Amino acid sequence: MDLLLSLLPADLPYWAQVGAAGLLMGTVLITFMAVGPIVYVYAETKLAGFFQDRIGPKRVGPHGMLQTVADAVKLLFKEAIFPAGIDKVLFVLAPCLVVLGAYLGFVVVPWGGRAQPADLNVGVFYLAAVGSVSTVGLIMAGWASNNKYSLFGAMRSAAQIVSYEIPAVMILLVIVMMVGSLSLQDMVAAQKGGLPHWFFFRYFPLMPIAFLVFFTAALAECNRAPFDIPEAESELVAGFHTEYSGFFFAMFFMAEYTEMFVLSATASVLFFGGWTTPFPNGLLQTLGPVPLGPFWLLIKALWWIFVMMWLRWTLPRLRVDQLMHVAWKVLLPISLTLVVVIGALLMIPATKAGFVWDRYVGWPLVVALFAYLVLGMVRARAWTKGRLKELAA
Amino acid sequence: MSQWLRDVWEGFYTVLVGLQITWRHLFVDKATLHYPEEKWELPPKSRMRLFMKYEDCIGCGQCARACPVQCIYIKADKRAPTAVPIFAANGQGIKLDVTVFDIDMSLCCYCNLCTYPCPTNCIYMTPEYEFATTDLTNQLYRFAKPNAKFITEDPKKKAAAAAAAAAPPATPAAGAPPSAGTPPAPSAPPAPSAPPAPQAPPAPAGGAA
Repeated sequence: MDLLLSLLPADLPYWAQVGAAGLLMGTVLITFMAVGPIVYVYAETKLAGFFQDRIGPKRVGPHGMLQTVADAVKLLFKEAIFPAGIDKVLFVLAPCLVVLGAYLGFVVVPWGGRAQPADLNVGVFYLAAVGSVSTVGLIMAGWASNNKYSLFGAMRSAAQIVSYEIPAVMILLVIVMMVGSLSLQDMVAAQKGGLPHWFFFRYFPLMPIAFLVFFTAALAECNRAPFDIPEAESELVAGFHTEYSGFFFAMFFMAEYTEMFVLSATASVLFFGGWTTPFPNGLLQTLGPVPLGPFWLLIKALWWIFVMMWLRWTLPRLRVDQLMHVAWKVLLPISLTLVVVIGALLMIPATKAGFVWDRYVGWPLVVALFAYLVLGMVRARAWTKGRLKELAA
Repeated sequence: MSQWLRDVWEGFYTVLVGLQITWRHLFVDKATLHYPEEKWELPPKSRMRLFMKYEDCIGCGQCARACPVQCIYIKADKRAPTAVPIFAANGQGIKLDVTVFDIDMSLCCYCNLCTYPCPTNCIYMTPEYEFATTDLTNQLYRFAKPNAKFITEDPKKKAAAAAAAAAPPATPAAGAPPSAGTPPAPSAPPAPSAPPAPQAPPAPAGGAA
């Protein structure tokens, strides 16, 4: 944003500056939002293949990179079928609302010190509110489809999102208590100073638990596996989007993947320092004149998107009652306890800024985690080689 | 309460175990065979497309009788007694002129029953399996050749003569095996359309799973 603004002549009137900046920002963001799902879907199909010892898309373009583009083109050209007996207005409105709900979250995602579409002083509250807009769209889609599977899916989705919003908001409350502000920029500012200052490592055993609760709730909120019962294809055909085809169907997909990104970015902002660098002393916060804020946020968000996909291809789908059990009997008590305990810790002057050991767990933990993952990788490669030899013999 | 904690921990822990397993599978070799680019090397005796070595056929028609789906059509006329005597590779004299030998692979059920009764081992199955066509008539393979080069010298006598020349004072030539000098039909160089049948075991294309 700073870079974009510096490109403009300085003697422009204020309204022109704001307008041009808004236009540029909007263009960049809308392109990002439109192209993002294509990339995520490609990543998802490819990763799905890798997780299942397959290769994934391969034929269209190099390494199948144009597969999703081809799919998008196909969906655009496909006929949008309007079944008999549907409520046409709601049927068309529903995917628009779902997409709107997903994309509205981008308004408060902070990409850098000033690179944020709008630094709302109710940022987190706004996020929580906007996240529920797509629920309205989902219910609308289910109802307008005049199909019992769609309605089942929509009702499940409503029940699920209402249930999981509560622990998510409780965790937001914890963060808000720690920062003393609802603005996402203030939250990033409170975590400045590198990885040890991230909220994930504050109150050490407590905030990781808070993150797990938040992440689980986020997964449920964007209807991702293992919480994808609203579109459980083994039970409900395709749930709320059973009757949709063509571009309307594509819109649901775009909404899902965009919501994934928004929630991953939110998780990064709340727990992992947002656009700040993980290194101490602001190392690599800027590369010469180029601010790396968007890069760091993107890296963190994409990592959590990867984890979401990883989880999707690992875990089976939950049953409806299990889902409710997890929300009300596991996540809610944990999040309530966290609110009370961290609230109490914040009242004590000695622990106001975290425990004594918080500064020392961050780096060892992250390094250990990634070392473990690399070890798993190396061992998997070694195992493959040994197995190939075994088969050849 | 402690049961609840244990359950929550177990749920969390099992998720981690699952994640670890899928992480490992992210890096093992993929089981996919990129079909048109990569192919399985089939074992040499795979029961795929039928092939018939016309020069060895004596026109007995036992294969056509054995075929359960009647996909082999043979027409054979009696060979003129004045014509040059011709022989199959195993030394059997060919007394019939095989004018038509057609195999309809669109009917073939790949049972391999036709190859057993063949007295000269001239009909056999090859590992060639990619012969899909857009026209069904292309599946009718005509093996009768008008200008086939038959063996005009009795291979048995030739082998006996060769054996006698190689070891004149030793064992009598009559005891030599009939096909000592000529290879048996199935391991003879196959048809131009048949792929090289490798003797090595097939490479493991993907045993990672």
